[in-house]
Amino acid sequence: MEEQLHAAVAAILRQYDHRRGNLLPVLQAVQARLGYLPPEAMEQIASAFGVPPVDVYSVATFYAQFRLKPPGRHQFKVCLGTACHLMGGHTVLDCFERRLGIKEGETTPDREFGLERVACVGCCALAPVVVVDGRVEGRVSPTRVDGLLLSFSLEKSRRETPATPTNGGGGSPYGA
Amino acid sequence: MVHEAYRRLRRQAEEKLAARQKRPLIMVGTATCGRAAGALNVLAAVKEEVARNGIDAAIAEVGCLGHCYAEPLVIIRHPGFPSLCYGWVDEDKARRLVVDFLQHGDPCFDFALAALEPNDLFPTFAEYPRGVYEKRIILALCGLIDPEDIDQYLVHDGYAALAQALTMAPERVVAEIKEAGLRGRGGAGFPTGIKWEVCRRAPGQAKYVIGNADEGDPGAFMDRALLESDPHQVLEGLAIAAYAVGARQGYVYVRAEYPLAVARLQKAISQARARGLLGQSVLGSNFSFELEIFQGSGAFVCGEETALIASMEGRPGIPEPRPPYPAEYGLHGQPTLINNVKTLAYVPHILRHGAAWFRRIGTPGSPGTAVFALAGKVAQTGLVEVPMGTTLRDLIFGAGNGIKEDKKFKAVQIGGPSGGCLPDTALDLPIDFDSLQEAGAMMGSGGLVVLDEDDCMVEVARYFLEFTQKESCGKCTFCRLGTKHLLDRLTAITRGKGKDGDLEFLQELAEDVREGSLCGLGKTAPNPVLTTLRYFYHEYEAHVREGRCPALACKDLIAYYIVPEKCSKLCNVCLGSCPAEAVQTRPDLLKVIVQEKCVKCNSCLVACPPQYRAVVKLSPPQDGT
Ligand SMILES: Cc1cc2nc3c(=O)[nH]c(=O)nc-3n(C[C@H](O)[C@H](O)[C@H](O)COP(=O)(O)O)c2cc1C
Ligand code: FES
Repeated sequence: MEEQLHAAVAAILRQYDHRRGNLLPVLQAVQARLGYLPPEAMEQIASAFGVPPVDVYSVATFYAQFRLKPPGRHQFKVCLGTACHLMGGHTVLDCFERRLGIKEGETTPDREFGLERVACVGCCALAPVVVVDGRVEGRVSPTRVDGLLLSFSLEKSRRETPATPTNGGGGSPYGA
Repeated sequence: MVHEAYRRLRRQAEEKLAARQKRPLIMVGTATCGRAAGALNVLAAVKEEVARNGIDAAIAEVGCLGHCYAEPLVIIRHPGFPSLCYGWVDEDKARRLVVDFLQHGDPCFDFALAALEPNDLFPTFAEYPRGVYEKRIILALCGLIDPEDIDQYLVHDGYAALAQALTMAPERVVAEIKEAGLRGRGGAGFPTGIKWEVCRRAPGQAKYVIGNADEGDPGAFMDRALLESDPHQVLEGLAIAAYAVGARQGYVYVRAEYPLAVARLQKAISQARARGLLGQSVLGSNFSFELEIFQGSGAFVCGEETALIASMEGRPGIPEPRPPYPAEYGLHGQPTLINNVKTLAYVPHILRHGAAWFRRIGTPGSPGTAVFALAGKVAQTGLVEVPMGTTLRDLIFGAGNGIKEDKKFKAVQIGGPSGGCLPDTALDLPIDFDSLQEAGAMMGSGGLVVLDEDDCMVEVARYFLEFTQKESCGKCTFCRLGTKHLLDRLTAITRGKGKDGDLEFLQELAEDVREGSLCGLGKTAPNPVLTTLRYFYHEYEAHVREGRCPALACKDLIAYYIVPEKCSKLCNVCLGSCPAEAVQTRPDLLKVIVQEKCVKCNSCLVACPPQYRAVVKLSPPQDGT
């Protein structure tokens, strides 16, 4: 696992020359590949760039885009920009939080769902907006939130049931 | 030489597209706004239906037409008919259009929105209120051409201005922009020609040009739509700017949240490079220009030019004091021209039509047009381009067709977190770079969010302070701590915990933060507070003195009730709508809301059938039920 991670980061590092101006692009590429920035990856990047790890941390923590914890299998980004805020973005966020039992910035214990907020995805004309696994959805209502979660949990149970039907309590401890 | 090369490109493009003219063409708007409304499903349905019926038609993806309220949009060019645009298209309608129109010749007027050219059958966009107010320059091709096909830009005079510029002395290009009176569309309205001149004269071994598409204002989407719909226009402007100031390397800085804009821009760059419009010796001249995309990482302050440069140098995006200005000392210490992408998009038009033409549009101090992103409670949300000097009223009630659901207009938030909230008395102010200052706001980059009677102004001020407080880079104390104190006090007020003296405190602190902050973020962060205090003082007072939110919006100051006389008793809709099991049935079948459980999500109020309207919200909450 650790080696895989190291190799993945090394492969990305090979695509860029290591001048400071490429730090953000490299962090972006690593996050695109791994879904987040694990501490080991940041250290590896720091040593490749010849800068102290704290420099990389301070950059990674400054920018809202970077995740320091792994995301969920499905990631919801609820927009709370001005238009979405006025059109009920908070109600949508509340719905997700209540249904998933987590707060924004967190991931469900089974790592199935992650919840984040964003400050505007430029789709304000169709507020409120949620980005579901990178796909932008407009005019999202609380019932649509339920619908989304339902379809994902159906997908999850389909994913888990056809696998070898182990006897007695097989599958996910969190059920579907 | 240059003209020769350009003419060749142009001819090739014309020949390629002429061959397509005779077939019907179906265009689906697949910019982000279209996609958010389901345009990709519409596109798939169109493709499937065309294939299934063996129809000979071309299908293309286009960008954003600006009528985002009616997304998904489909345009059909069918020889023998006017080109027609359809709104609110879903998969069923898409299939019907393919079969009824293309196969059976019925243009389905019942869900057509407008025709694109004047004709005897159907009104055009120009005949709608929005069309009356609009004047499209940089949006002219948006939504009508395929942004991933450079030839469609070329046949509309695309890159002609670059070819023209390359035969002019760079100083002449700068002079033309100066004469046009073009001012920066990134918010501050700085004269573009002067900036170019400073950068041209600045000594440096390497110079850079940067197109700023960080678009941090939450509620604005002009730059996104422009890059997704007509990216070559920006590239052409950037190339001309580079030639004018003497740069060989350029960047477009795009915010992280705009993946589709990045993808379309990337494609545009490679196509332009393949045609010799970028790269070594552009169009055979001795001007060489390389262009790359730099993706932002989700920090509002990085739209500010010195913070933007810091992030491109791999540092946290913290602004530096100016001067020195980037035009003299910018990226890697070299002279760097930074312009908003909208500013750059005007450049080709100015060169093609001349400075005098540009000056005739708009106001003497702010020539040209302005692009606004209409959002919030306005009926027809989307993008509009109007001459500078258009009034807020014409924008909101004319181009935007008024307020959703016929509610009452309360305020308009203009200029984003740096701007202000203006009331109805400001509606007749003409908007240009200088006009709104006195009223306490600014035009900004074009974000315009409309608020109605249901929106609480204290809450809106709190929202913006929360935003700027989060985005403050923390370098200067006034901005870091001042915005925090403002936010805390505003939060307390919206929770009914306001005290005597709070409003005076807010006013004074807001003025201090404005004076004491280092960069534009802190200097303008108090604007939403100052303008709401100025125009909506009574709303603040109601919160502080009576614990009442006049707009019935602040959750801590309202409660939901079911009016017994109105409740039908036999209907259970509210019960099902409640996510918190706060609605319960009494033994006499009357529904009641258990206040301790209520999360104030408004669901029951929306769900209660119109013939009863039994759910009400009251502020301040009443004792008992
Ligand atoms: C806090 C802050 C945020 C800004 N955000 C943006 C932005 O998102 N886009 C932009 O073009 N300019 C933004 N600006 C203005 C830029 O600093 C700069 O003035 C502009 O890009 C210059 O281009 P222009 O002259 O074409 O307007 C921002 C300024 C401040 C103070
Ligand atoms: S405010 Fe939500 S997309 Fe812009």
